Amino acid sequence: MKRSPLGRIWPNLTAVVLFLIFVFPVYWMFATAFKPAGDILSEDPVWFPTDATLEHFKTAMDADHFWTMVGNSITVTAGAVVFSLIIGVTAAFALARMRFKGRRGFIIGFMLAQMAPWEVMVIAIYMIVRDADMLNSLIPLTLFYMVMILPFTLLTLRGFVAAVPKELEESAMVDGCTRMQAFRRVILPLLAPGLMSTSLFGFITAWNEFPLVLVLNKEADAKTLPVWLSSFQTAFGDDWGATMAAASLFALPILILFVFLQRRAVSGLADGAVKG
Amino acid sequence: MTVQKTERPPSGPTEVQTPDGGPRPRGPRRGPGRLAGLTPYLLLAPAIVATLLLLGWPLVTNGMLSFQNLNMRQFILHLTEWNGFDNYKEVLTGEDFWRVTGRSVVFTAANVVLIMILGTLVGLLLARLGRKMRTLLMVGLVLAWAMPVVASTTVYQWLFAQRFGVVNWVLAKIGFESMADHDWLATQYSTFFVVLLLIVWQSIPFVAINLYAATTTIPKELYEAASLDGAGAWKQFTSVTMPYLRPFLYATTFLEIIWVFKAFVQVFTLNEGGPDRLTEILPVYAYIEGMGNQHFGMGAAIALLTIVILLAITSYYLRIVLKQEEDEL
Repeated sequence: MKRSPLGRIWPNLTAVVLFLIFVFPVYWMFATAFKPAGDILSEDPVWFPTDATLEHFKTAMDADHFWTMVGNSITVTAGAVVFSLIIGVTAAFALARMRFKGRRGFIIGFMLAQMAPWEVMVIAIYMIVRDADMLNSLIPLTLFYMVMILPFTLLTLRGFVAAVPKELEESAMVDGCTRMQAFRRVILPLLAPGLMSTSLFGFITAWNEFPLVLVLNKEADAKTLPVWLSSFQTAFGDDWGATMAAASLFALPILILFVFLQRRAVSGLADGAVKG
Repeated sequence: MTVQKTERPPSGPTEVQTPDGGPRPRGPRRGPGRLAGLTPYLLLAPAIVATLLLLGWPLVTNGMLSFQNLNMRQFILHLTEWNGFDNYKEVLTGEDFWRVTGRSVVFTAANVVLIMILGTLVGLLLARLGRKMRTLLMVGLVLAWAMPVVASTTVYQWLFAQRFGVVNWVLAKIGFESMADHDWLATQYSTFFVVLLLIVWQSIPFVAINLYAATTTIPKELYEAASLDGAGAWKQFTSVTMPYLRPFLYATTFLEIIWVFKAFVQVFTLNEGGPDRLTEILPVYAYIEGMGNQHFGMGAAIALLTIVILLAITSYYLRIVLKQEEDEL
């Protein structure tokens, strides 16, 4: 099919414009975080931070309880991911490799659980946690985050387990492995990429979670970073430099993970479709 | 939106199911047969127990709370006062609930229509671009997609800030001088406008990238056959591309409806449902009534009604997905 010069230019031009639209807010976050206060509060925006400063990052990190909250975020996120991986991988094995009554029902149940409207359930969860006298504790948060990411972990791993050729496992068992050993020595190593990407997606979900921690942990030293960030701007008046530095600190780990993950996710999706 | 940004597990080769009566591939080889039959249930038990306890129980609790008169006083004194359907009567006969529901529906529809149309166009553009330009656009999309929602909301607050915000500056420069000091969060519509931009900006990448991935799976032969039959570019698009993408678009639309309908974080962190409670959508309304105004019973009733609406949409979505993946289960 022949295309006129114009026909070749417009897609590229649109792509550049779209790139700028999508990147600009992210760029502006980082740019503002590095700009000296005078360049932020200026009548005409300063598009590029020429004399970069780390002052705003210092303000953000010196904020009360910042490091406690970093610790809290890491604790609940890591706890949720590890537990859901352990529970998820055993369940995924059963769902992918075994035939039993009610299997389809369980899968549909977990699909439904994956779409659970957690945002709307905060009142009930608040009541349960208060009656257990565990408000401002990291334990309920870790447990609820675990269940939040469990259905996704389990269903995704099911796909990965199913993709490991059955013959590998069977030949290991012929060679005298028990089923457990076959699983540990043959399947588990092959699941590494699957475990990796599901745990990263779980990490992202738990790291970003906001409504639940908003209602459960109101004490400053029990909060996690999303709540800190959402109240940062109010607490610091209109200190946009510090607010953007805080947002950058919060977003950076996720942006890095995501760019890294995206390749796998998209190529995985495409591969899967081709094979299926 | 957190969540789970890819919904479907990558599909691998599926198992071959032996037809009934055929030799079972793996009988209870070791151990007594009865125990082997229990194995899958034992493996599933932790996941099921955790889900029932931490998801099922809150749902049941929510149901029970919605039949109680539970305000500040009862809350502090740990009183349980059942009041039958009073909360529901009050919610369903009042104006507020219906106004908020209508607002949620319009809000969701506006967002989803824009997301799907623009996302599809961007996805088709990705398919048409050369390698370099595609990578460039992909990087932009992934960055927007990856931004944690609380962070991107904060950035939008800054972009649309009344003083020194970039958006107002640009609008003033291109001739809308009255916008120089515009307070975007002062009125209902302009607040919704900012939320809409935020959600659409952040949701397009999911649709566009996955749609692009889907187009790469369309067999080239179909296009060759179509062009042999004399189909032009447009005809090829409507008779090959679109039919191929339809199931994907259908499923994604429902996914987006579910996500946007419960967009609590964006609406709440941007302006807490304000000004004057005018941008509350259902999840925010339930939260503000329940947690904010401490009418826990009422809030639970609103929450339950919202869950019912979402459940209806979700089950419809699952039916579509299950139909597509029938052979995989």
